[in-house]
Amino acid sequence: MKVRANFSLVMNLDKCIGCHTCSVTCKNVWTNRKGVEYAWFNNVESKPGIGYPKNWEDQDQWNGGWELSNGKLQLKSGDRRSILKNIFMNPNMPTMDDYYEPFTYDYAVLQNSELLEATPTARPRSLIDGQRMEKIEWGPNWEDDLGGKFKHRGQDTNFNDMEKQIYGEFEQTFLMYLPRMCNHCVNPACVAACPSGSLYKREEDGIVLVDQDKCRSWRMCISACPYKKMFYNWESGKAEKCTGCYPRVESGLPTVCSESCVGRIRYNGVMLYDADRIEELASVENDQDLYQAQLDLFLDPNDPEVIKQAREDGIPESWMEAARQSPIRKLIVDWKVAFPLHPEYRTLPMVWYVPPLSPVQSQIDQGNLSTMADGAIPSIETLRLPMKYLANMFTAGDEKPIVAALKRMIAMRSFYRSKHVEGKTDLAVLEEVGLSEDQVNDMYRYMAIANYEDRFVIPTSHEELRQEDFHSFQGQNGFSFGNDGCSISPNASLFPDKRKKTEDNLEFVRYHPAAKRSDGEKA
Amino acid sequence: MNLSNLLFGVYPYIALTTFFVGSLIRFDREQYTWKADSSQIFEKEQLQKGNILFHIGVLALFMGHFAGLVTPHSWFLAMGVSDMMHQIVAISAGAAFGSLCMMGGVILWKRRMYHPKVRANSRFMDLFILNWILITLGIGLLTIPVSIYHAFSGDTSAMIALADWAQATLSLNADASILDNVGFIYKLHLFLGMTVFFLFPFSRLVHVWSMPLGYMFRPYQIVRTKFVKQR
Repeated sequence: MKVRANFSLVMNLDKCIGCHTCSVTCKNVWTNRKGVEYAWFNNVESKPGIGYPKNWEDQDQWNGGWELSNGKLQLKSGDRRSILKNIFMNPNMPTMDDYYEPFTYDYAVLQNSELLEATPTARPRSLIDGQRMEKIEWGPNWEDDLGGKFKHRGQDTNFNDMEKQIYGEFEQTFLMYLPRMCNHCVNPACVAACPSGSLYKREEDGIVLVDQDKCRSWRMCISACPYKKMFYNWESGKAEKCTGCYPRVESGLPTVCSESCVGRIRYNGVMLYDADRIEELASVENDQDLYQAQLDLFLDPNDPEVIKQAREDGIPESWMEAARQSPIRKLIVDWKVAFPLHPEYRTLPMVWYVPPLSPVQSQIDQGNLSTMADGAIPSIETLRLPMKYLANMFTAGDEKPIVAALKRMIAMRSFYRSKHVEGKTDLAVLEEVGLSEDQVNDMYRYMAIANYEDRFVIPTSHEELRQEDFHSFQGQNGFSFGNDGCSISPNASLFPDKRKKTEDNLEFVRYHPAAKRSDGEKA
Repeated sequence: MNLSNLLFGVYPYIALTTFFVGSLIRFDREQYTWKADSSQIFEKEQLQKGNILFHIGVLALFMGHFAGLVTPHSWFLAMGVSDMMHQIVAISAGAAFGSLCMMGGVILWKRRMYHPKVRANSRFMDLFILNWILITLGIGLLTIPVSIYHAFSGDTSAMIALADWAQATLSLNADASILDNVGFIYKLHLFLGMTVFFLFPFSRLVHVWSMPLGYMFRPYQIVRTKFVKQR
């Protein structure tokens, strides 16, 4: 057993209202720079839909993630040799059109226009080559709220093995939101595919990062990530990705997307797992067993054996305490209401999702649909979202765990409705789904109330133990784009004075579009 | 010092020193700029044709030049390779891979010049170095008819002189007079080629140093700890 801690998220889709606040705050913090205008480390997709980039879930097209080849785990894009063979042209890499061409508008026209009969218009312009764009054909959230034809969004691969045509009919249609970000996987395909070894997983918190100094723009990570959450910065020629907001997380703060979530759907916390069993559990034969396999990978922070081993492996006590208080652990392990996104990609993702309920309240009110015994909360059969669709998304097609989770969430509602409206404690509804009263009270506290302190249990990274001068660390938390500490060996440099260390002041100005290019040439 | 001495006695050292020291300084100081600078995200069809052809060609040409110029004359003779055989192999391999490289290079040049997004994403040096390589390559291909003429008249002296010059230069005994009887077109190719080395550290070519062969042997997953040993 080797104990490692992973900073993890759960998103409660039942409460996601699709407002995109997470995406916008993330963009404003991380990707409002030249070269990554098109990149959304966090985005929210309307499902069913083909998403961003187009059809990202179709691994027959993109060859992302892992597969079993003769029982052995191998990147779906090929073995090491074929990855190197494709280095001159990566056949699996999306182009800009698969995302969308980033654009701005000629806003100045609105202010500088002469007096006209007609209202002046600000026409779109490409942010890449500055050329006029006659028509904007696609954008980061083009399918918002089921926009477009069903023929198009119905290509969503989560419809596999389903008679999908009926869901194109207005009466049968369904909608859910899916916020997506880097999953900070336990078995990341991006790291495995990087020819120069610039991608890595941090031992302390499991956050997956790109070493900007070591990235050589071989771009294999971009296609290897099955979630398409690796991005190519065309200005710097380097790969970029969600940083897990590590400068915040190291200080015990939630990620920007989590902090700003108005629906309180995001939970941040620590999960412990057994690093010695990663390969074994990521290689279970049946795709549908991967959900259980990942549950088996997690370690119980209350188990004395685990505590002992964790001490030996150097996990701080504050992290063990956080693991015991972890909202993630409660949702994933204790209540089993959260699921990994597409476990069949075998990357063992660490951002999990509580599936959404989807009642038709007006139909219930009119008495048209079946309800729980309380006569008000709809029963699971009446939900609009097909279980198979959710199962294709979260359990590689196995409906049983999804149904069980949704039943628990419904039971919680029914129990609390009885308690608040009728003033009685309806334990029968809990027995049916195997929950105790204490458990459901906790579930209610964490899922319905979802206070800040309950959602975010984040231990600090104890930089005070690592930094010689941690005051110089203040204000940037070690964040930099590179060119830092890059000597041939750590002790020797041609220019020993004024080494650019991570702690130095950063020249953020060089990333302003009007400023100098990152390599010194004028833009 | 005459011009010939400057170009073929001194300039090789300027170019090579810049090549090595410049690369080292950039690697040490400017890791963030050290990259292949792929533009595949904008265009992939022409890249597929052009880039694969170009790289196969250019890698084979580099290795061919290296082996042909640096291997001592006596080794070839010991291996039973006569000068004429050597020259015929050099001509045919050079023509084959030179043409592949040229085809690829022209596709890449067209792409970089006329694809609006690739063009907008190009720095001055990207176009300059591509042009320079293509001109060098073009002149190199033009030496082939001359070499064929030499071969037909049984004359291998130009090839031998070039190899002797290269070996003399690399063993720090540069002697420009070795090239006195070598045709102008070879000398032009030589100058252009040395300049590629001179420009190398200032261009995207530095990615050649980072050919990721180590990937074949490393484990898939990389885990790093922040607690590095104190310096």
